[in-house]
Amino acid sequence: MREFLEGSLAVARIIKACKPGVISAYPITPQTHMVEELANFVANGELNSQFVNVESEHSAASVVLGSVAAGVRSYTATSSQGLFYMAEVIFNIAGMRLPLVLTCANRAISAPISIWNDHQDSISLRDSGWIQFYTENLQETVDFHLISYRLSEDKHIMLPVMVCMDGYTLTHGIETIDMPDEAKVDSFLPPYKPLYKLDVDNPLSFGPLADPDYYMETRYAIHQTHKDVLEIMPKLTSEFSRVFGRHYNGLIEEYHTKDAERVIVAMGSVCGTVKEVIDELRAKGKKVGLLKIIAYRPFPAEAIYEALKNIPKVAVLDRSLSLGSYAPVASEVKAAFFGKKKRPEVISSFVVGIGGRDITKDSIKEVLRLVNGREKSNEFIDLKPELLKEEYE
Amino acid sequence: MNSEKKPLLAPGHTACAGCGQAIAARLVVDAAGPNTIIANSTGCLEVFTTKYPESAWEIPWIHSLFENSAAVASGIEAALRYLGKKETINVIAQGGDGGSADIGLQAISGMLERGQDILYVCYDNEAYMNTGVQRSGLTPFNSNTSTSPAGSVSYGNIRPKKPMPEIALAHGIPYVATATVAFVPDLQRKVKKALSIRGPKYIQVHVPCPLGWRHGPELTLEIAKAAVETGLYPIIEYENGSLIGVRKITPRPVEDYLKSQGRFRHLFKNPEEIKKIQDIANNNIQKYGLAAANQPSQ
Amino acid sequence: MFGPLIAKPGSSRKNKTGSWRIESRPKFLKKDCIACRMCVVICPEGCISGKEKNTFDCDLAFCKGCGNCAYICPKKDIEMVSEEPEAATKNKKE
Repeated sequence: MREFLEGSLAVARIIKACKPGVISAYPITPQTHMVEELANFVANGELNSQFVNVESEHSAASVVLGSVAAGVRSYTATSSQGLFYMAEVIFNIAGMRLPLVLTCANRAISAPISIWNDHQDSISLRDSGWIQFYTENLQETVDFHLISYRLSEDKHIMLPVMVCMDGYTLTHGIETIDMPDEAKVDSFLPPYKPLYKLDVDNPLSFGPLADPDYYMETRYAIHQTHKDVLEIMPKLTSEFSRVFGRHYNGLIEEYHTKDAERVIVAMGSVCGTVKEVIDELRAKGKKVGLLKIIAYRPFPAEAIYEALKNIPKVAVLDRSLSLGSYAPVASEVKAAFFGKKKRPEVISSFVVGIGGRDITKDSIKEVLRLVNGREKSNEFIDLKPELLKEEYE
Repeated sequence: MNSEKKPLLAPGHTACAGCGQAIAARLVVDAAGPNTIIANSTGCLEVFTTKYPESAWEIPWIHSLFENSAAVASGIEAALRYLGKKETINVIAQGGDGGSADIGLQAISGMLERGQDILYVCYDNEAYMNTGVQRSGLTPFNSNTSTSPAGSVSYGNIRPKKPMPEIALAHGIPYVATATVAFVPDLQRKVKKALSIRGPKYIQVHVPCPLGWRHGPELTLEIAKAAVETGLYPIIEYENGSLIGVRKITPRPVEDYLKSQGRFRHLFKNPEEIKKIQDIANNNIQKYGLAAANQPSQ
Repeated sequence: MFGPLIAKPGSSRKNKTGSWRIESRPKFLKKDCIACRMCVVICPEGCISGKEKNTFDCDLAFCKGCGNCAYICPKKDIEMVSEEPEAATKNKKE
C-alpha cells in the first residue's frame, strides 16, 4: 500500500511487520521518532514485543544481545554518540555471531557537538564485523530493513546488520512509500529459528575465553562470511523482487555509468541529489553517471571494479573522514583497482556534507568540474576558509 | 541442599586453590538449580570457568562484557517473557566487585529500576583480582592493593567500601542480602528465597581471595568467618525495604580478621590504623544490631 | 563453521587440575565421619563425594590441595598429608 510517511515512522512500520520479540533503545536525536512509534505500537497492543527502556545505549545493545542469545528476534536503533557508546557491545554482538538489525540514524560525532548528518558514526565501526547498508531514500530504507533481517538470520551468515540512514534527510524526510504487505513480509521473513541459543535443555556456554590457539579463527570466520554475503545478496534481492516487485542489486547501483566519462561514487541520501544533477547534465549531452555503494560491509570491491574499470574519471564522495589519512570510501575504492589491469585515469576524493553541511546540486557540479583535472585527495567541497582565520590569542 | 545431585559448576575449572569465589559460585548455581540461565561479567569467575574449549557450567551461560551482565540478563529475561517461559526459568546476572560496584553499576541500576525478574549476585573479593589486585569500590579501608599500595606516606586504600547493598536497597527492590562462603546454608537459603520472589534481587557474597588477600588457601573459610564475627562484613537481609534478619555475633577484635592476611600486614606497625578499622566494625555492629544478647560491642 | 565460540556443558572435566597440587593432599581418615557433607559443599573444585558415614573421599584428579575440607571438618576426620611423589607424578600423566 502506498503511503505518505516520515522516514522514522516508515522504519517503525517495517520493524513492526518483522515482529521482533524484544526491542530496546535509548533516545538520541535523530533516532527518537522510530523508537517512540514502536513504543506506541507495543502500548496499543499492535505489536507483541517486550519494549525494554534502558539507562544507556550500552545497555540497549546489551539487552538485545541477551535477547537474541536467548533465541528471540530483536531490534535496536541509535545514532552518533549512542553508537559510539555501544561500540564495545557492537563488536561483541558480531563476535558472538548473533543476528540482529540496528538502524543507525547517521549523525556527526562530537566535538563540536552536532546533531546533523554525516557518516562518521557508522563508518567508524566499519571494522566491527557488522554488515552495513547505506540507503538512498525511504523506500530503499524500508526494504533493506526487511532484507537485513532475512540476511542476518541466514544460518550461513549469523551476523548483525546495521541499516544506515541519513539523519534528518531520511529519518525526518517524508516520501511516498510502498509499505510491504504484512502477509508478504511473513512469507519472505519466516519466524526466527536460532541455530544456537541459551537453552536449559541444551545448556551451552556462550562467550568463552579464546586464547591464542583459538581466537584468530573466529575473526577469519567472520571475514569469510562477509565474502559469502557478497554471493548471497544478489540471490536474496532477486527473491525480494519476486515477492515485492522492486529490484535491488543489493551491493551497488549503477546509474548511467555504461557510457559515462565521469562517474561519481557515493553512499546514502546524497545519491538522490547526484541523480538529479546527472539527469540535468545528460539532457545537455554530458556523459556523467553515478555508482551508488549500498553495501559498505562487506565492501563489494569486485563489483566496483567491474563498474568503474572503463570509466576515465571517477570522483568519490566521502561523508566521513579518517583524519590524517585518506577518506574511508575513497581509499577503499582506490584499493579495488590495485594490481588490476584496468583502472580509471583519475580517481579523485572529495569530502562533502560533514556535520550536516548542505550538499546542493551546485556542490555536485563543483565536484564534476574538479574531477576533470589531475587526481585530488580529500578535496573539501563547500569549505568556508574564512572560518579558519579565527584566532585564540 | 542440592548436594546429592551433580554439581552445576563442574570440576576442572582453573580457579586458584582455595578460591572463595569458586566455592560461592557453585553454591549459588546449585541452589538455583538446572532451570537457570546465567549472564556473567568478565572477571576471574568467567575466565576460570570458560576457557575454550572447556566450560565448567552445566546450565546455559553467557559472557558478553565486563560491565553489562545486568543488561544482558535483562535481555534474556525479556526474551523469556516474550516466549512465555519466565515462570519456569531463573535468570541470574553475576560478576565480581569491580564489575558490579564500579564499571557495572549503571547497568545494575537500570536492571533494578526496571523491575525485571532477575537475581544479581556480586561476588565480593574486594579488588580487581583478575587483573592483579587493583583497588575497587569495594576494597576495604587501609587495604594494601597494587593501586592503593601501602607506602611511607600511605596505609593503603583511603576510603571504606561503597555501600552497595544500601544502593541496591534504595532502588526499592523486594530483596537485598549479604552472605558469605563461611555460612553455606545461609547463602543457599538466600539464593532460593531471592529466586522465589518476583522482581529484581541483589545478593552480595563475601569471597576471600587467597592470592589477592595474601593468605594460605586453607584459610579461605576461616577468614570469611572472621570477617563476619568481627563485624567487618555484616550478614544482613532486607525484604521489601525492611531489615528482616542479621547474623548475630559475639564480636571478636578486628585483629583476628586482619592478622592472617598480607593485605593488612602493614597495619600491625600502626595500632592507630587498626583502631580505625575497629571503629568501622563497631559502627556496623551498632548500625545493624549485630551483637548477640548480653554481648557489648568492642 | 564460525570458529570456536561455544563450549559444551561440564567439558572442564577434561582438565585434570589435580596436577596443580604441590605440597599436600587431603586424607579422609574415615573414622569419625558423621556425613555432615560440609567437605562436599565447601570444596572449591566440587570434587568430594560420598554417601554414608566414613565413605567420603575426594577425586585427586581434580583436587588442588587447598585444605579447606580439612579445616571445615567438625570431627577432624580429614587431614592434610604430604603429597607423595608417586601420586603427583601419576596425576600429571593423566
